[in-house]
Amino acid sequence: MTSSVISPWEVTGRIGRYAFLSVVLAFFALPVLWLAFAPFNAHPTMATSFPEFTVENFRSLMDNPNALSSIGNSIVLAGGTALLVVVLAALASYALSRASIPGRDALLYTLLLLSSIVTGTAAMVPIFLLAFQLDLIDSQLGVILVLTGGLLPAAIFILKDFVDTTPRSYEESARVFGASPLQIIRHVVVPLIRPGLAAVTVWAVANVWGNFLIPFLLLRSPDKAPASVVMYTFYTEGGQPDLGLISAFSLLYSIPVVGMFLFVSTRYGFRFHGGIKR
Amino acid sequence: MTAGAGPTMTRVRGRNTGAVAADQDAAGLGRWRAGLFVLPALVLIGVFLVLPALWTIYLGATDFQLTGTAAAQPRIVGMDNLLSVFSGGGFAGSLLLTLEYVVGSAVVGQAGLGLALAWVMRDRRGVLRRVVDAVVLLAWILPNSVVAFLWIALLDRDSGTLNALLGTPGFGWLLRYPMLSIIVFNIWRGTAFSQMLYSAALANVPRSQLETARLTGATPWRQLWDVVLPQIRGHVLTNLLLVSLWTFNDFTPFLLTAGGPDHRSETLPVFVYVTALTGGQLGLGAAISFVMLLVNLVIAFGYLRLLGRRKDGAA
Repeated sequence: MTSSVISPWEVTGRIGRYAFLSVVLAFFALPVLWLAFAPFNAHPTMATSFPEFTVENFRSLMDNPNALSSIGNSIVLAGGTALLVVVLAALASYALSRASIPGRDALLYTLLLLSSIVTGTAAMVPIFLLAFQLDLIDSQLGVILVLTGGLLPAAIFILKDFVDTTPRSYEESARVFGASPLQIIRHVVVPLIRPGLAAVTVWAVANVWGNFLIPFLLLRSPDKAPASVVMYTFYTEGGQPDLGLISAFSLLYSIPVVGMFLFVSTRYGFRFHGGIKR
Repeated sequence: MTAGAGPTMTRVRGRNTGAVAADQDAAGLGRWRAGLFVLPALVLIGVFLVLPALWTIYLGATDFQLTGTAAAQPRIVGMDNLLSVFSGGGFAGSLLLTLEYVVGSAVVGQAGLGLALAWVMRDRRGVLRRVVDAVVLLAWILPNSVVAFLWIALLDRDSGTLNALLGTPGFGWLLRYPMLSIIVFNIWRGTAFSQMLYSAALANVPRSQLETARLTGATPWRQLWDVVLPQIRGHVLTNLLLVSLWTFNDFTPFLLTAGGPDHRSETLPVFVYVTALTGGQLGLGAAISFVMLLVNLVIAFGYLRLLGRRKDGAA
């Protein structure tokens, strides 16, 4: 290696690189700092400042009637949707992988295409009317069903990849010993594709947890609203926004998704699935 | 009924086609039961995904409203809605704003900054890289309504951090520059995806080629332009199509500006909401939705063709 003189190009390059990275770092960190400091500040303002430390803001969170129950609602919506998506996608992807269904690949691609076109935003009018006709307005089940319909095609697509790579010999042996297809799925296939199931679960939960539009569109009563909608009402409903409450609530509401990402990246290593976020 | 009949039919069929099915159908599913496994998913997708898309077309052609006589008996008005959408002043302006939003924040902003970050960080490991990756990713994973408020606080007129840093107290960014605000916001929000995609793509560019280019005296810019970009062209196209699709359908501007002030940041998703849900003109709203679905279709088709071509190329 020629460890020769550093050229002027490299010097300017290095300075430019560090300048660029500092600006980027500041740009990305600045908005988030408020979330780190304001919840513990006795007198929070819109500005980021080092706090006069307190946990009083979290106490006012406990007293707010909608705050904690909305986190519960978010858990119901995210849990219900994730469960439905994982179970239905696992059954469908297994059948699509193992049985010869005519036009299977065309079907899969069509569904995937549809799910990327018919987004909640583009189809909000018919989704609203559909929920109205099916008596699903102001029903958490309605929100779960609409979200499940949107997430299923991609979930089936991802899981089928996992099923395709598992060896068939285990299933054949289980069958020789008289196991039914459902038993085979539960005791043979599910343990083999567990990483895939985990990935789909995390992806579905993250999607629903942050989703604002569908519950905002379909739910009416404040006591059914998930955290995303309640958070919005906290700062849009008239009067002076209660910054102590908002900051503590944002932190509480954000921690689960951040924790989930940390868990996934330490447990499985953060592998990049292209196009996984909707 | 049908559920009960399924398994027995399966067994008969399974024996008949035994030899062929044996290596394909390891668990002995058979067509019928396979169909039953797929059915629940298909029903949900059909009702909550396919039906809304078809309904959009029907609604777009009627004068459907939330209340009043038109609510009880919608009339078919044919292309009138679509025509009034295009001739109405609101739509053209909103479409233009949406274009500005997509090009500015997704195509130029997210993809450009994502590529720049991936390129600058390509050989780095260690603390700096981990910190940068973490903050960029954090902006991407935090819930929508939380990030929206973080930016409202950052840009606040009286006590926002940005005004404090710039020494411009009392400057209302969201009121004076609503489009610029949501564009910069969305760059902040979504760059992580492009950065990760380009990092993965750059890792596949052979070391030796970059080294050769460097030894022949190519500047980093020339290396990027002449050596790297031709090799990751597929990734770039994938990235541009996906971020355009997502940004085109992004409802988050509603949380920041609600389309205001005076419709100046009313992108199509917000425009649909305001027309159909706030204004009660469902037919008109559906007609705008129809146009949005068409745009989505074009982008998604481009993406699928790209995927198909890449698969063929690999095989």
